[in-house]
Amino acid sequence: MKNTQMQQGLPLDEMLLGTFERSKGLIAANDTPKVSRLRDAAMDIFRECRFPDSAHEKWRNTPIESLTEEDFVQQLSPSQADKNLEEMFRCEVHNFDTEIVSMLNGWYYDKKSDLRTLPDGVVVGSIGAAMKAYPELFEMYYGEIAPYALNGFTAINTAMAQDGVFIWVPDGIKASKTIQIIKMIDLEENLFVQNRNLIILGRNSELSLMHCDDSINQHCSLVNTVSEFVVGENAQLKLYKLQNLNDQSGLVNSTFIRQEANSNVKTNTLTFNCGLIRNCVQVMLNGPGAHADVLGLYLMDKQQHVDNQIRIDHNAPNCTSNELFKGILDDQASAVFNGYIHVARNAQKTNAYQNNNNILLKPTARINTKPFLEIYADDVKCSHGATVGQLDQEAMFYIRSRGISEANARLLLMYAFASDIISNISIEALRQRIDDMVKKRLRGELSVCEKCVLHCGSPEKEYHFDIDYSKL
Amino acid sequence: MLLNIKNLHVAINGKEIIRGLNLGVNKGEIHAIMGPNGTGKSTLAAAITGREGYEVTAGEIWYKDRNIVGMSAEERANEGIFLSFQYPVEIPGVSMTNFMRTAINAQREHRGLASIPAGEFLKMMEEKKKLVEIHDKLTNRSVNEGFSGGEKKKNEIFQMAMLEPTLAILDETDSGLDIDALKVVAKGVNQLKTDDNAFIVITHYQRLLDLIVPDFVHVLFDGRIIKSGGKNLALELEEKGYEWIKQEHLV
Repeated sequence: MKNTQMQQGLPLDEMLLGTFERSKGLIAANDTPKVSRLRDAAMDIFRECRFPDSAHEKWRNTPIESLTEEDFVQQLSPSQADKNLEEMFRCEVHNFDTEIVSMLNGWYYDKKSDLRTLPDGVVVGSIGAAMKAYPELFEMYYGEIAPYALNGFTAINTAMAQDGVFIWVPDGIKASKTIQIIKMIDLEENLFVQNRNLIILGRNSELSLMHCDDSINQHCSLVNTVSEFVVGENAQLKLYKLQNLNDQSGLVNSTFIRQEANSNVKTNTLTFNCGLIRNCVQVMLNGPGAHADVLGLYLMDKQQHVDNQIRIDHNAPNCTSNELFKGILDDQASAVFNGYIHVARNAQKTNAYQNNNNILLKPTARINTKPFLEIYADDVKCSHGATVGQLDQEAMFYIRSRGISEANARLLLMYAFASDIISNISIEALRQRIDDMVKKRLRGELSVCEKCVLHCGSPEKEYHFDIDYSKL
Repeated sequence: MLLNIKNLHVAINGKEIIRGLNLGVNKGEIHAIMGPNGTGKSTLAAAITGREGYEVTAGEIWYKDRNIVGMSAEERANEGIFLSFQYPVEIPGVSMTNFMRTAINAQREHRGLASIPAGEFLKMMEEKKKLVEIHDKLTNRSVNEGFSGGEKKKNEIFQMAMLEPTLAILDETDSGLDIDALKVVAKGVNQLKTDDNAFIVITHYQRLLDLIVPDFVHVLFDGRIIKSGGKNLALELEEKGYEWIKQEHLV
């Protein structure tokens, strides 16, 4: 069965506008009235603004038109799985038992049920099923955290996204297992995918979430994901995003997090491979005493490009935030970091830290970094900084003078550079896993066909660099 | 002869620092190199150990009967040349244990040996730590990160003990050390000293040479060795300074 839609010769935005007109009923089949209203409003925005391109100030250094001008197909209903998906998503991590939520080509995939309540009381399911089961939660939160008028991508996502993941951790519940969203792209056509996630943490609740974007094909795909997080009073969220897509693909990943009083959020965006990635993270610290750690690591080579747009809104007093992004860029790879901290007038006693460090391994690699603060309160502590450099030659000689080859000395220093992001991962088994992945990536051994973080073979038990550098 | 330096000229960014230096070192010997600041002592150490940016413009460095000019730093290290740094480098994120094991295994690979078994390595670490009275906690930390000046220097000697070099160069290992740490460092060096290895000790001060007694003392001035003698030369320098040798040299 072929259920993909494509109109040859039409640009992506025109194709989407046409599909919306023709298939609104199908797209909005599960909607609550509010979700449906938002679709129309967001489409009006999109019709005007369309996709951004590098003529837009905020997209100046990210050639997004290289993707939006490609020909794509779109699926309006799930494809029939002809592969053994159980095998594909099988978890192989030792000592790391996760609750897996699978998405294939943008569609929630679970043979048993599309909405389930885990033994600890956490509700996990597809957005569509959740809208029917918990319409009041959608009325209260959906579209409230992600501003759909922000740009063409959030607008078109709000207008047309049909599926995604819903997680609700009710008040006082601590999710006993890490929930892992594995989003896999595997189609023999160029696919445009939109996902919409809504994750709600009630008061005094806790959740660890992994969000893996992977592709196992070699076709170009463009994934446009919008995730909304509501983090209730005194709740704790850990969010690990792993990005490992093929060199042809693009990912626009927009994450909006709203934090209430004394809540604690840690996000870690780990970018290993992808043709072009735009990560947008916006954290709104809306209740006093809230804290956010927003961390990231990107390891890019060839012609890959990653763009991290991080915005922290200090909207309440006594909140703290800590932002650290580190990157290693090889070959002709390029990166953008745009850090923006906004401190509202009443957000006294804010303590905010922002830093971006980069290593360029070749003169052809490029970074555009711009840390930025905007402060309206007068009793705050804010600092920001950015560094761009090469590997420390002093340290290189020190290591080599102990007999370690130049190639391994480089690896050792790159690994060391990345280590303070890795050491911040508080789940031990996951930290080891990421640690392995970073080492593999730095050695050039991590390939996208390993599908996802959980499928890259047996973990290394020991750390040593007996490596063939020629593979890098 | 273990090390035989012939008419060595070394330039940094085109500026000549070492200007026709000759030095011979046999196994079983300790040589002290002294001299005023800025006369090329550290440059000599860098040239012997193969640091990039130190260009040998003329002359030869013979080590174990090979001219090692042009050989990479790591190959020289694996052939048994060790440098105790004047300013040891901090490497956050790399644990001492992993660093040392990587180094030991590189050396073993160079000698055609298999990687060191974990148990053997740990036993070796324990032994050598005692030698320099280094704390357990230091080896669990990142390389030199947050170490005090004294700890860094002890850590250099610890690494030397682990790698068991044939030719060790100590570049101002005494600078920044209090007398107790100095004694520990000297004790370590004296215990490692055998008839099959040699040391070059670069220092400004007699006090280290009271503890590590040299067979030969050389005065480096203006990129050349202008005077050599026995251990008494160091005592004479301590007493009279360098001025008289400079005068002698200029005459």
